[in-house]
Amino acid sequence: MQHSKMVTTLVGFFVFLGIGGLFFLAMQVSNLGSFDNTQGYLLQARFENIGGLKPRSPVTVSGVRIGRVSAIFYDTEAYQAVVEMRISSNYEHTLPEDTSASIYTSGLLGEQYIGLEPGGADAFLKDGDEVEFTQSALVLEEIIGKFLFSKADEVKPE
Amino acid sequence: MFHRLGEATLNSFEKLGRGSWFLWFTLRGVFEVAARPGLLGAQIYSVGVLTVMLITVSGLFVGMVLALQGYTILSDFGAEETLGVMVAASLVRELGPVVSALLFAGRAGSALTAEIGLMKATEQLSGMEMMAVDPVKRIVAPRFFAGVVSMPLLAAIFSTVGILGGHLVGVGMLGVDDGAFWSQMQATLDYRDDIFNGVVKSLVFGFVITWIAVFEGYDSLPTSEGVSRATTRTVVHSAFAVLVLDFLLTALMFGDF
Repeated sequence: MQHSKMVTTLVGFFVFLGIGGLFFLAMQVSNLGSFDNTQGYLLQARFENIGGLKPRSPVTVSGVRIGRVSAIFYDTEAYQAVVEMRISSNYEHTLPEDTSASIYTSGLLGEQYIGLEPGGADAFLKDGDEVEFTQSALVLEEIIGKFLFSKADEVKPE
Repeated sequence: MFHRLGEATLNSFEKLGRGSWFLWFTLRGVFEVAARPGLLGAQIYSVGVLTVMLITVSGLFVGMVLALQGYTILSDFGAEETLGVMVAASLVRELGPVVSALLFAGRAGSALTAEIGLMKATEQLSGMEMMAVDPVKRIVAPRFFAGVVSMPLLAAIFSTVGILGGHLVGVGMLGVDDGAFWSQMQATLDYRDDIFNGVVKSLVFGFVITWIAVFEGYDSLPTSEGVSRATTRTVVHSAFAVLVLDFLLTALMFGDF
């Protein structure tokens, strides 16, 4: 084989390209580069209704993503949804104890996320703590229903 | 009539059985291949490296077309910013593994079948057996493992080039915001659910295509007509297998059961 050296070089180049492509896909295209799922601390929050929230939905403060929803389950005793959030360890000891959590929708039809609003307490939330003040997701049908009922009430007294 | 139906059924089962035995003997050749990496390198060159150009150009154009088509639909809903998500998700999950597997079957699978079939027709394989060299280990196994190794790399190159092509058209020509293109993509695609599953898909496709290719070559009638038929069968059967397996794998990976 005369071209053996060139063949080896080209094979090396091919493998390099392929692994480079995989690396590009993992770091640039997916969420691997931005946030490590196993790091950080856990917080819990209870909601009456979580709407379309899903595991891995973003958790934000002032619009900046600081974590993700790690699990959602239903508490059969309290009849409430329990949302478990994993917050990046960069933001440990920064959220006051009276922080409130609400479920918002990004855009009119976009995905749902949890927005945290820091309160004014001196003590900070720790791993495993629960966010006390929560506001459920707005369900579009409920709002429309309320609006229609209020309109009907306006019309009734003749 | 029933006789012929029964014969066809038994023949296809027999072929499946022979194919499985053949796969087992090929897989046992892994130690031979590991002991002589030069053989594997030469085959990765002819199976993988020579396919890179085809994959790159096709990936570029597939990505560009996706961006063009996606833009016209998404702009109806005022959601041009999600173009990056659409291009990347469809490439990484489906088109990357599937289209590169179909191209791989046409470019490399047919070549493998023709090569091995001709070796059989010109009695090179029998000659090797006479010299106490096992042709399955010396000829078939390096080609098989080269195909299995090359396929995921080719699919990754295809998806990468496709996303860059989508970026070229979406951001460069149609004026989608560059930041939104990448950030929405990163927010939506998951490295385990999307990227890793895409790699698993292409590994399975590579395994099946090269298995079909080397087996059809080895099993072909040692005549020029036999080799040509075996080559056709390789391309047709691997295309079928890829499309059916893609459905099954998608149902397993992205379905809810």
